[in-house]
Amino acid sequence: MTAFHFYTKLDQTLLLGKKARNAPGLLEGIRSVPESSIYYHTHRFLQQHHYLSPEPPNDFAYWVTEVLSDEVLGEQLSSVDTIQFESISTLREKFIFLIESHLASVEKITDCSHGEEFHFMASRTFALPTPYVAQNLIEFRDALGRVSVNTIYYHIFDAKLRLERGENDFSKWFDTNGMSTLAEELRKLDPYTHTLEGLRKRIIVLVRKYDTH
Amino acid sequence: MIRIEEYAAIVGEATIQELFLLAEHLKGKVVQNINSTAVGGGVAEILTRMIPLLKQLGIDARWDVIKGNEKFFAITKKFHNGLHGVPVEIADEEYETFLEVNRENAEQMNFGDVVFVHDPQPIGLIEKRKELGRNWIWRCHIDFSKPDPKIWKFLEQYVFQYDSAVFSAPSFARKLPIPQVLISPSIDPLSEKNKEIPEETINAVFERFGIDRSRPVITQISRFDYLKDPLGVIKAYKIAKKRVDMQLVLAGGGATDDPEGPVIMQQVKEEADKDKDIFALFLPPSSDLEINALQRGSTVVLQKSLKEGFGLTVSEALWKGKPTIAGAVGGIPLQIAHKYSGILTHSIDGTAYWIKQLVNEPEFARKLGANGREHIKNNFLITRHIKDYLLLFISLFHQGGIVYL
Repeated sequence: MTAFHFYTKLDQTLLLGKKARNAPGLLEGIRSVPESSIYYHTHRFLQQHHYLSPEPPNDFAYWVTEVLSDEVLGEQLSSVDTIQFESISTLREKFIFLIESHLASVEKITDCSHGEEFHFMASRTFALPTPYVAQNLIEFRDALGRVSVNTIYYHIFDAKLRLERGENDFSKWFDTNGMSTLAEELRKLDPYTHTLEGLRKRIIVLVRKYDTH
Repeated sequence: MIRIEEYAAIVGEATIQELFLLAEHLKGKVVQNINSTAVGGGVAEILTRMIPLLKQLGIDARWDVIKGNEKFFAITKKFHNGLHGVPVEIADEEYETFLEVNRENAEQMNFGDVVFVHDPQPIGLIEKRKELGRNWIWRCHIDFSKPDPKIWKFLEQYVFQYDSAVFSAPSFARKLPIPQVLISPSIDPLSEKNKEIPEETINAVFERFGIDRSRPVITQISRFDYLKDPLGVIKAYKIAKKRVDMQLVLAGGGATDDPEGPVIMQQVKEEADKDKDIFALFLPPSSDLEINALQRGSTVVLQKSLKEGFGLTVSEALWKGKPTIAGAVGGIPLQIAHKYSGILTHSIDGTAYWIKQLVNEPEFARKLGANGREHIKNNFLITRHIKDYLLLFISLFHQGGIVYL
């Protein structure tokens, strides 16, 4: 069995100095900012409010709903099912499509109040190895109970979308080591509908089902 | 002295372990902080707490203070006011004096591998870079949303020479040719103002001020300053009180540099004299324990600011698990996600509406408070601040959006 090395990641938040006052401004920003900004704004609540379920939606939906009071567009943006996207560029396209379609159907553009603009930001990710290494499922489960939520975030969310590895690191390791049923069970789990602690518990329960086999 | 390991009981062992892992990557580097005062003011307060903790993590962290005469500090006070949007006139010779003092300091200073310059006073030290090289960061701690254009034009030629600039809130970001990093301030959960205190201490403070804990108490802790809108708070309380019984506590110090301060204070006193359920408490600066108790003993905490730098009193209240209603200004929206971890309002009527809701719906209020506490735990405690500083220093030595350390 190959060893699984647990990594952690810590993010630096960058300010892009770009802001939007209304939906067309938001659209223009979404078109032009770097991918790390799209990732930041679609995952910030997940990371900062990882104890909440359901957590607030992505930043775009939250701002459109709470600041522009556009509940129709807000609902569309918050309904974007992030898990089905394999890359940030396709996720970006989805937001562009939704806002463009909405703007084509409205007659009046609403500006936000001064001081409530949408500020575009981005993430710079620093990944580093932790001392935790698993040689088998029992060690894996034990380490998973000890690592920080940042480690879970890195291997589940960052691995698939930000690092574009196509899937989460845990399933990949299970597959590589002949545990394809476990890998598939984890793949089916929608991580966006769990708190990170909830996700940790769910994965531990899943692994426990297999580690005595 | 507080040990870094003491925070593990609050944020978890793994978080502290990550700080040590990060610190490993700064081995052998001297991180030098430079500001303009060793005591008093927010920057000195942060550095006093931060430097010993960085050292415990194995970082060679140092702290130097620039020297200046009265004339220099009179000029930098003008800078400070101008950057906050107050109209000021600065003569050419004053700019020259400012640079001269910076140059004198630069000649006498030994510089580290990372030179971390706080606020505008020492910003001109960057001129030394041409000779020395090194890695330079400029940290702006003040509200930078509407700086005086002339002062900014003068300062930007120096800001542009740094490797990175750091701001406390997204609205302070500017169009700059260098990376801009967001680092929010933080609270220390082990400080006098935020540590856990026994119920008896809370009761004793409430008794001392004559506040009845058996009835709902809504509280705003802040200076008696127009921008904190204490009179708006009183109006909101009066509207809400028509439907729900409650007491109002307004506690804080005066704003010595605010000409409108005494007028506001007098008006608050007059309102309090007319209503025995309004408590206007003018607290001296050494009242951290009282503030802690007042926040913990309140039913709902308000921060109805009209303008705010960051508004750390919101973090303080949320950390104590208090349902909090605050104005959606400055850094407050970073601390509160509306209806998830607190309530954001834009008006007196809106504030009154939410006061009634939260007093009448304690279960919803409790949930907001619990979420708020978690949010602060994850994002606004000093351990997160240390993490951000370590990443900032490390980032100077690496390129790219994803860095494998």
